[in-house]
Amino acid sequence: MCGIVGLFLKDKALEPRLGELLSDMLITMTDRGPDSAGIAIYGAGAPGKVKITAQSADPENEFKGLVAELELAGVAADVTLKSTHAVIEIAEDAVADTRAFLARKGLRVMGAGESVEIYKEVGLPKDVVARFDIRAMGGTHGIGHTRMATESAVTTLGAHPFSTGADQCLVHNGSLSNHNNLRRVLVKQGMKFETQNDSEVAAAYLTSEMAGGKDLGQALTSALDDLDGFFTFVVGTKDGFGVVRDPIACKPAVMAETDQYIAFGSEYRALVNLPGIETARVWEPEPATVYFWDHGKAA
Amino acid sequence: MPVFDLAKTPLREFNAALHSVGNGDNDTAFEVLNPRGSHALAVGIDQPLSVDVRGSVGYYCAGMNDGGAVTVHGSAGPGVAENMMTGTVTIEGDASQYAGATGRGGLLVIKGNAASRCGISMKGIDIVVHGNIGHMSAFMAQSGHLVVLGDAGEALGDSLYEAKLFVRGEVKSLGADCVEKEMRPEHIEVLAGLLEKAGADAKPEEFKRYGSARTLYNFNIDNADAY
Amino acid sequence: MSYHNPHTPPRKSATFDDYTLAEIRRAAATGIYDIRGAGAKRKVPHFDDLLFLGASISRYPLEGYRERCDTSVTLGTRFAKKPIELKIPITIAGMSFGALSGPAKEALGRGATIAGTSTTTGDGGMTNEERGHSEKLVYQYLPSRYGMNPTDLRRADAIEVVVGQGAKPGGGGMLLGQKISDRVAEMRTLPKGIDQRSACRHPDWTGPDDLEIKILELREITNWEKPIYIKVGGARPYYDTALAVKAGADCVVLDGMQGGTAATQDVFIENVGMPTLACVRPAVQALQDLGMHREVQLIVSGGIRSGADVAKALALGADAVAIGTAALVALGDNDPHLEAEYQKLGTTAGAYDDWHEGRDPAGITTQDPVLAARVDPVAAGRRLANYLKVMTLEAQTIARACGHNRLANLEPEDLCALTMEAAAMAKVPLAGTDWYPGKAGF
Repeated sequence: MCGIVGLFLKDKALEPRLGELLSDMLITMTDRGPDSAGIAIYGAGAPGKVKITAQSADPENEFKGLVAELELAGVAADVTLKSTHAVIEIAEDAVADTRAFLARKGLRVMGAGESVEIYKEVGLPKDVVARFDIRAMGGTHGIGHTRMATESAVTTLGAHPFSTGADQCLVHNGSLSNHNNLRRVLVKQGMKFETQNDSEVAAAYLTSEMAGGKDLGQALTSALDDLDGFFTFVVGTKDGFGVVRDPIACKPAVMAETDQYIAFGSEYRALVNLPGIETARVWEPEPATVYFWDHGKAA
Repeated sequence: MPVFDLAKTPLREFNAALHSVGNGDNDTAFEVLNPRGSHALAVGIDQPLSVDVRGSVGYYCAGMNDGGAVTVHGSAGPGVAENMMTGTVTIEGDASQYAGATGRGGLLVIKGNAASRCGISMKGIDIVVHGNIGHMSAFMAQSGHLVVLGDAGEALGDSLYEAKLFVRGEVKSLGADCVEKEMRPEHIEVLAGLLEKAGADAKPEEFKRYGSARTLYNFNIDNADAY
Repeated sequence: MSYHNPHTPPRKSATFDDYTLAEIRRAAATGIYDIRGAGAKRKVPHFDDLLFLGASISRYPLEGYRERCDTSVTLGTRFAKKPIELKIPITIAGMSFGALSGPAKEALGRGATIAGTSTTTGDGGMTNEERGHSEKLVYQYLPSRYGMNPTDLRRADAIEVVVGQGAKPGGGGMLLGQKISDRVAEMRTLPKGIDQRSACRHPDWTGPDDLEIKILELREITNWEKPIYIKVGGARPYYDTALAVKAGADCVVLDGMQGGTAATQDVFIENVGMPTLACVRPAVQALQDLGMHREVQLIVSGGIRSGADVAKALALGADAVAIGTAALVALGDNDPHLEAEYQKLGTTAGAYDDWHEGRDPAGITTQDPVLAARVDPVAAGRRLANYLKVMTLEAQTIARACGHNRLANLEPEDLCALTMEAAAMAKVPLAGTDWYPGKAGF
């Protein structure tokens, strides 16, 4: 149970302000989810490079000398440290080696991709935003989440967004009722899970569907048939941004669109600081309806 | 006119001020600035006072209103005017889900659209929506009138009791036990009065009336599919 | 000499026993599931499977009657400006006017008031009789919102947001037409004589994040004075308790599967939910994990019958209990002196559970004015007060024997379990051991 926000920029002039705008949206949703918070920012990536966001409970020790250790493991990396997270930029072909290295070292992978960086931690949204200096970040689109845990643990890994594929991530408000069965099916297909969280199953489901050739919009359409329970999802891909609510659509959702952006909030409060919100088109996404925007196609 | 700027004044102070108005007080017209989607704004009013809210509000605005005239110059979040007893609540913009839920009396006017479950479990309230309404509206509605100038979403009036529904536009689908009914002169008269009170420019004759088929009123095994 | 085949006597199936066979025939004949009241009747692990250890040398007992054993409890200390102070930790659970007759509701109010405790409205609003005769009245806020209005909300002493009930966690309700009298119909804004269907979710919120905002609204309407209880059915008690606390509750009411006087499908009553015994420790654990044990009070209900049950619930970590069925019996329900009339209804005293049909010979679960007039609210209230007093004395007797000068000081270490099941569910050692199933170290 949670607050979720999302912002997809159409106007490049706003891109330097993405982190700042999303941070304000996220902090406004603190009441809906005081346990943990997370944010995924899609920024400009270098072609042929992949960014892996790793997390440590003991960053002072575990992140010390990370670049040198990676080099010993045969990976040339640029590492940016932010509190408990390290963004490790590497060549595309070094992903497997880097993941193996991180696993050996016991570091947790929050997400990976050409453009996404994912930051999440236990604690109040304002503290999470501050420790990762999210306000200073620019980007094209992003999603965020404040969590009130329902049936799984309050941990960093249990925080949203969940990322189960390259540049993919998902935030969820609601409660799925068939996630245990679906997880077993996905495990048989070879998907790996880090948590007992229902939302991670939803993320992995979409990853699996997209791996089968569907685009995000098609995967979200299938989700309406295959996922049982209550959900409002906001999902991000490298270029795309999607929203879907279950057919009963109890969990709240508000969207706003102007020439500059498309914004999502669990409540209107999350949108009140956005530029030009007074004249934006504001609406509630319909139940069982997939909303999907794509930078590639929009251009 | 007392003006409360919610950017500076806590919600508690504003609601307490509304509740402290007594019979015969002069200052009964309130204005609220910077509501910024706040929840539980102007709830529990129990005197004939007026509130003008300049901006959009969050959940349960004017909840349990008993005698107040609340106008939101913006949009309203979920559950606006829930369980209203008497009075008037006007939303200049759109309303989110559950608008007028379980309302017992008074008039709720939504100038824009209302989302799902508009008038759920309504028990005597009159609701006039100038735009469209979402799915499952008037679910288990017991009494009162729901007037929609635009279209209605799926499953209108599911498990309806004695509330009367008037829709001018299209109805995507009717819920269990909800049927179209004949528009008789007394319905035209009631509807004309509601449209006038709500400042709606529409002719009663353009509407269709929907109500309960009453087949679920006493359990019958042959209707089990509808449960 | 001829050989006779030995005769094998007829043998009935343990699976298809007489009750099961009768139910199959009833279902085939009527085409509707069985609806009844009175909570789960199947045998489940219960407080009977726990014993108190008492005191001798390692602990010193208190002297009965002379040495004080405090029974008071304050509910709603977290946020409410006006918490409820009760003399005894036994409250009367929510039962509606509609389900119960006016005189029965009045008797509950009278009895609870004499005993210094609270009573609770139900799905159908607050009546003047009930308010007038209840010194402390908890107003239930239910999915149907029948009879809900701000005036009654403000004249209540606490508000109980009902999310679920032990008899039917996840289910709605059904009050059959026979009980929708003129007055009940008016209070519920329903046509007379129709079946009243109750929704399973609240009409204007779903989930703890929305519930937090709903609680804010209720607090704003009532000037932050009233304690807000959240009532849940015993289904997933750890998570539900934790989420009620996170949503801002002052008290959590946890109702196990033996609870429930209202009409529900028999299949639901007997097959959904957890025994009360199994619900208490997970809920207490959730409160402890959040640092809220005793800050947010826990009221346990579902099959509480005696002072021993009260003491056991408190020892496991509850702050108070609530009684429903037991209170109706104290008022006079299912009394053997009405046996002839129960026989006419095809049942027997002690088994009557068609409380939704409105034909209760005891006049308690009915809206028939002739039957209802059989309840003398003063005398019935007195019986309830006596019963509450006895339960309190019993609980005190046990607490003193364990060396406690307050009922609230009872603790799990005062208990042992008679069965493996009870040991596992209550997390107290099997009698004579220091082990319970699931405990590490063996």
